[in-house]
Amino acid sequence: MEQVKRKLRVATTSLAGCFGCHMSLLDIDERLVPLLDLIELDASPLTDLKHCGPCDLGLIEGGLCNAENVHVLREFRRQCQTLVAVGSCAITGGLPAQRNHLDIRDCLQTVYLTGVGVERGFIPNDPELPLPLDRVHPLHDVVKIDYFLPGCPPSADAIWQFLNDLIAGRTPQLGHGLIRYD
Amino acid sequence: MSSIVARHRHDGTRLVQILRDVVAAEGYVAPRVITALAEALALPRAHVEGVAGFYSFFATEPRGRFRVLFSGNVTDEMAGSRELCRRLLDSFHLELGEVSRDGLVSVGTTSCTGLCDQGPALLVNGRAIARLTPQRIGAISSLIRGGSPVDEWPKNLLRIHSHVEKRGILLSDQLAPGEALSAAVRRGREATLAELVRSNLRGRGGAGFSTGAKWSACAAAPGEERYVVCNADEGEPGTFKDRELLGGHANLVVDGLCVAAYAVGAQKGFVYLRGEYEFLVAPLEEQLAARRESGLLGRNVLGVDGFDFDIELHVGAGAYVCGEESALIESLEGKRGIPRNRPPYPVTHGYLGKPTVVNNVETLAAAAWIVVHGADAFRAVGTAKSAGTKLLSVSGDVDRPGTYEYPFGVSVERVLADAGARNTQAVQVGGPSGTLLAPHEFQRRIALEDVPSAGAFMVFDRSRDMLAVADNFARFFAHESCGFCTPCRVGTTLNAQLMARILAGKGSRGDFEDLARISKLMKAASHCGLGATAGNPVLDALAKYRPAFDRRLKSLDVLPPFDLDEALAPAREATARDDAGAHFDEEDERVIPGGGYE
Repeated sequence: MEQVKRKLRVATTSLAGCFGCHMSLLDIDERLVPLLDLIELDASPLTDLKHCGPCDLGLIEGGLCNAENVHVLREFRRQCQTLVAVGSCAITGGLPAQRNHLDIRDCLQTVYLTGVGVERGFIPNDPELPLPLDRVHPLHDVVKIDYFLPGCPPSADAIWQFLNDLIAGRTPQLGHGLIRYD
Repeated sequence: MSSIVARHRHDGTRLVQILRDVVAAEGYVAPRVITALAEALALPRAHVEGVAGFYSFFATEPRGRFRVLFSGNVTDEMAGSRELCRRLLDSFHLELGEVSRDGLVSVGTTSCTGLCDQGPALLVNGRAIARLTPQRIGAISSLIRGGSPVDEWPKNLLRIHSHVEKRGILLSDQLAPGEALSAAVRRGREATLAELVRSNLRGRGGAGFSTGAKWSACAAAPGEERYVVCNADEGEPGTFKDRELLGGHANLVVDGLCVAAYAVGAQKGFVYLRGEYEFLVAPLEEQLAARRESGLLGRNVLGVDGFDFDIELHVGAGAYVCGEESALIESLEGKRGIPRNRPPYPVTHGYLGKPTVVNNVETLAAAAWIVVHGADAFRAVGTAKSAGTKLLSVSGDVDRPGTYEYPFGVSVERVLADAGARNTQAVQVGGPSGTLLAPHEFQRRIALEDVPSAGAFMVFDRSRDMLAVADNFARFFAHESCGFCTPCRVGTTLNAQLMARILAGKGSRGDFEDLARISKLMKAASHCGLGATAGNPVLDALAKYRPAFDRRLKSLDVLPPFDLDEALAPAREATARDDAGAHFDEEDERVIPGGGYE
């Protein structure tokens, strides 16, 4: 009897990103159906599972802007055999890293105390809230990243090609037309 | 400013020389000067600004009236240049790269100044000072405070020594000015070219292309105007043999250039001298003037009807890439030193698009020797494929640093023994772009057949940290990449950052993989030889001195190059929080195993 092929366990998360990369993943449209024959989702905004179990593959969108991002990233690294940085923010810090030339203390002051229209403001300090890092970092600054899938966002076709390569055991290669930055 | 432009005949191809004069007069190239130059030379402003920004000796922002640049080669660092630099900075209460508040002085670093046999060295307003000691630094500090121009400083301080430790056929020859050219004229054009081809002389700059073939191709190229160029832009760190040749044996070199001109039918020649060797400008100009007096340059040279030839000296401005022949030609034309696409090669499309021969200083000296003594005598020296001798610039951990001339085929061991090297753990042959040899390879030979070399021979004994050596070379390439092509511009900087990270003890095994991958990519995809060889020192060091790298790893996996808990400090301060969630705890600091490797 032919052995039933085990489905790949995949977790996804969005750190300091805009969910655009997740939207792009959903943009593979009807190909989602055959994809779901090959994978099953663990922690992901799509399953709303908050913590990640042992997985084959972790897809991470967004860079690191606060303490919680670092905790989540490290949990993913512990649990995932292969970790992929998806999109500009995960790879370079992207748009959120635009704040890197500002002092985070000044940012908090302006937003919560001195900004136009702020009255009786205070800087939120509930222990429930993650503290922002002084600078936004790309993922590979903190953990080993196995693959980088560039784009803002990577196109649905690029994601599709990338996942197919990975699932089939080929080193992912994005050919001409699948990498674009505009 | 207008007098400078007039002195250069409003000639835009002389832009690099014009900018040198501007910097000599004003210390830097101000925006208003860029605008004025563009107008006076009828060039786009962006072109002038691009050239001014390209060469490291042309500051585009104010520098001190005394601009001090410490030579940053690894041999200078080994001889204590960093401590001496700190001492000078402290004496003016300055930091590196800062201009003192009174505008008197600024201190920075530059690439190898070609004084590795008498380092540490520095440049003050372009003038070289070697053999630095704390006493000499003290003297320099006082002289700067005194404010007198560098030309008026004590001669003893500015003296550059000659260290020829071993003479072969070139360095022992005492040819009179014009002797080689007369020999060539006696032979005639065709026979001179044929003799050169038969001599099997190969270019001494490192690539080893047949000089006879190069000259013949240029002579055969269609066109009326031809040019010959002496490449004296000796920028490869650890190389100073051309300094010795041009200092003590300029006759041989200039004669070689004249022979080349005669053989290919050139009307004009250039000597492209690296800016670091400014101390050679005056003696070379004197030599050229004397030759004009005695009819060895000018119209109908040596009475040969129609052989009109003169030589112009061009001085570079601190750009390693200009040692590449097509970048050198761009620089001669007054442009940024960005290598051209090849083919077409300079022999057909060189200076101003005309057929041009570019030869290394040592190649020209050898060519002069060959026309006097003949191809057979030349081929009798050296090995089957590498005829003649090779000048080696020996520096680092040896008793007798200096220039050594050996027949090709000499073993690394022999050179080490002659120079007085002990406990040697590595030799960098041919400079950072060359080959790093470990002791088990010391019986290898310097020749095109085995280990080719442009001349550098830097010796490291067992007290040296080979990781620091590789780090120095990685920084060198990151600084000298011309920025034209992405693989080299980005790759050299990534390599330098990774090396710094490993050196700081924040590296991981994954960084080694990245170094290897980036170096391989640069080799395959770069526009010119700079990028193609920029990964060599790192790859060689990784392959041959791996424990020096492994020793620096705190873990086998990724460590953040910054302190995570410290990164939360500003937000802790702003929110006045100090709870557990406002810190990364011990467990967080535990290293996370990386999937995919180990």
